[in-house]
Amino acid sequence: MSPRDVTEMRERVDAYPTHRIAGHRVRAGRPFPYGATPVPGGVNFSVYSDRATAMSLVLFERGAPEPAAELPFPAEFRTGSVYAMTVFGLDLENLEYGFRADGPFDPVTGDRFDARRVLSDPYARLVSGRDVWGREPNWNDVYPYRAQVVNDDFDWGDDTPLRIPTEDLVIYETHVRGFTRHPSSGVTAPGTYAGLREKIPYLRELGVNCVELLPVFEFDELDNPRSNPVTGERLHNYWGYNTVSFFAPKAGYAATGRFGMQADEFKSLVRELHRAGIEVVLDVVFNHTAEGNEHGPTISFRGLDNATYYMLTPDGQYYNFSGTGNTVNCNHPVVRDFVLGCLRHWVAEYHIDGFRFDLAAILDRAPDGTPLPNPPLLEQLAYDPVLRHTKLIAEAWDAAGLYQVGHFPNYGRWSEWNGKYRDAVRKFIKGEPGVAGELATRMAGSPDLYWGRGAAASVNFITAHDGFTLNDLVSYNGKHNEANGEGNNDGANDNHSWNCGEEGPSASPHVRDLRMRQMKNLLVILLTSQGVPMILAGDEVGRTQLGNNNTYCQDNELSWFDWGLVEANAELLEFTRGLIAFRHAHPVLRNTEHPRGVDSMGSGYPDVSWHGVRAWHPDWSDHCRVVALMRCGRHAKGGVPDDHVYVAVNAHWEPHDMELPQLPDGQAWHLFADTGALMPYGMHPLGQEPLLEHPGRYHLGPHSAVVLVGRPVPTTDKEMAP
Amino acid sequence: MTFDVRLRVNERVATIELAGELDASSAGRFHETIDEAAATGSIELVIRAEKLAYMSSAGLRSLVFARQKMGDDVRIAVVGATEPVAHTIRLAGFDHSIDLIDA
Repeated sequence: MSPRDVTEMRERVDAYPTHRIAGHRVRAGRPFPYGATPVPGGVNFSVYSDRATAMSLVLFERGAPEPAAELPFPAEFRTGSVYAMTVFGLDLENLEYGFRADGPFDPVTGDRFDARRVLSDPYARLVSGRDVWGREPNWNDVYPYRAQVVNDDFDWGDDTPLRIPTEDLVIYETHVRGFTRHPSSGVTAPGTYAGLREKIPYLRELGVNCVELLPVFEFDELDNPRSNPVTGERLHNYWGYNTVSFFAPKAGYAATGRFGMQADEFKSLVRELHRAGIEVVLDVVFNHTAEGNEHGPTISFRGLDNATYYMLTPDGQYYNFSGTGNTVNCNHPVVRDFVLGCLRHWVAEYHIDGFRFDLAAILDRAPDGTPLPNPPLLEQLAYDPVLRHTKLIAEAWDAAGLYQVGHFPNYGRWSEWNGKYRDAVRKFIKGEPGVAGELATRMAGSPDLYWGRGAAASVNFITAHDGFTLNDLVSYNGKHNEANGEGNNDGANDNHSWNCGEEGPSASPHVRDLRMRQMKNLLVILLTSQGVPMILAGDEVGRTQLGNNNTYCQDNELSWFDWGLVEANAELLEFTRGLIAFRHAHPVLRNTEHPRGVDSMGSGYPDVSWHGVRAWHPDWSDHCRVVALMRCGRHAKGGVPDDHVYVAVNAHWEPHDMELPQLPDGQAWHLFADTGALMPYGMHPLGQEPLLEHPGRYHLGPHSAVVLVGRPVPTTDKEMAP
Repeated sequence: MTFDVRLRVNERVATIELAGELDASSAGRFHETIDEAAATGSIELVIRAEKLAYMSSAGLRSLVFARQKMGDDVRIAVVGATEPVAHTIRLAGFDHSIDLIDA
């Protein structure tokens, strides 16, 4: 111990050891916070177990196969069901630790203690063992996922939350590794937080202001036992929806993970995204853990307090509402505390701006699985002071059939992935009959689902990591998941996709043109709908997964962002950029309240009006495949007058001459985008939209969409007008 | 390799020369030297790392400590770090807090 350490110890009376256990100087610790916390001269370790009969702290030198010391908690170090001990004089850099809990093994009563195992701290803020992505570990390691102590001394500078209003977000869903792992990425450290940081200029240029990252909590990419049936290559747990440690950033996503610097590298990414005006939302998985069912590994919760952390049947079996073997007992008071503490940690320590909750319907189930009318966890998260301004987004369903889209318990705070939006838009663009009415509702922010909650409650998406990419949605009629080794039985079957006449890649100019148009049509709908648009990374450049709609296990070109497409598909990229910029420029598209179809501003026009081939005459009949809407700029968010915006989508295989609604005197329609027109990238530069040749009509081609803006005609334009 | 740290101050520029291996066992001495440098009221801190054979995560953390100890107004430059060390500093994002300069 250095003289400096001695001085610090003497400064505080609580930094004085009272016991010596297994050669270490210790004293009774503080029960809170849980986990390992540096304190003057030492580290405070705290762990909960209600049913354990004995608990030990197990210390390792970093990477050593066997423990360096094992420190049983004396009875006087236990407060309630919490074991706490401060250990002095530890070398934090070379320290790994875990717990050994003893107690009954009686599955019928819910107890599965196993004193042979070293358990990972559920509150571990750093985990080693999978420091480098995909590196083969020692499979005989007695303790594969090792907790470490972290220093929370990152230099955040002046970073503060951006607090972008939810309705102004354009979310970009991406995967830390997949975004830059492709050899074409050109970054210094492909597949890492640092690599993603290097691509921030691309995101800025694209115009998105929020990235939603697939799971970054520590998981084991090697826990997938399957192989590719054709190549024999190992399949991974690539997406990472199988959390090992909820407080620790995935080390394998950090180029510096082998130095234990993953927390800093990830924080650096968040800080730089914020500097670029981009928020960070994490996809979090609280519905199940990597321990799986009774045949899965004992990593942490099972061995510490199985009956607290998991939902169990009356005879002690695991409920499986998650479809993955176990279900976290989210509304148990101790587990609620865990979830809340975890999210607070990510907000306070990592400056995270929001969370998307995987299979969130499970979060409102009671310990016996019954859906609760007023689930305490969801209420607690909604009102928590630390989470007060974070975005909370629910995937409002689970794997056991609880489907809550539109009625997820929200407390005025929660948004939802709108699965009905996805399905309606896909069906309409595919050309299915009977969808026009529903499409209109979805484009208006789904007031049937979210009336009273505001339009931002609807996170609109057409594609996500789970399912077809945008390109594949218009290139495949069926899924092609053979590479997943499950006989093409995995992944969704109800994709509402259409291959445009040929399955898979096509050399036909006609098919290729139609696919491009269809992708653009989908993007037009997404980015002009009320609600919060979410784009799947790579869709803006036509990324393909060759028809695989469930690439959870594919750590290869099937999943990775191919940066060669940025040039190859510049047409689609520029179109997407333009649409995003258009959305940002027109607050009338981002109103917080749902439109009511009335004129509350005295503008002479309702906030939204619906049209068909004839202006003011929408056609909601089954055979109709044309929907047009106009938003009146006087009703724009914040009372700032905006242009009128007219959007018409023709999913029909025939063209239609659209009669345009008449604008106020002195105003005229200008062309922003037409997915079927021959012009660079299918659109005109923002603010330079030319006047329409014919002020009252527009010829809309088959499978096409048009976006017009209505605004006062400057003198020069008037002179140019026909 | 034995760790060595030396401080000299010239016209309000504090220079710390490091040699050997900077890890958890030696970081304490480095921190004490940073404390001394901070007390001189220097407007610039130069950390010469040409003779540094190895820097562990504790060493990297020391750069955070230096940034926080010296204050935002003081320029901190790490001079002559080997490429692996400099690379790690960049990946962890610490190069936003300090200047990395070739020798």
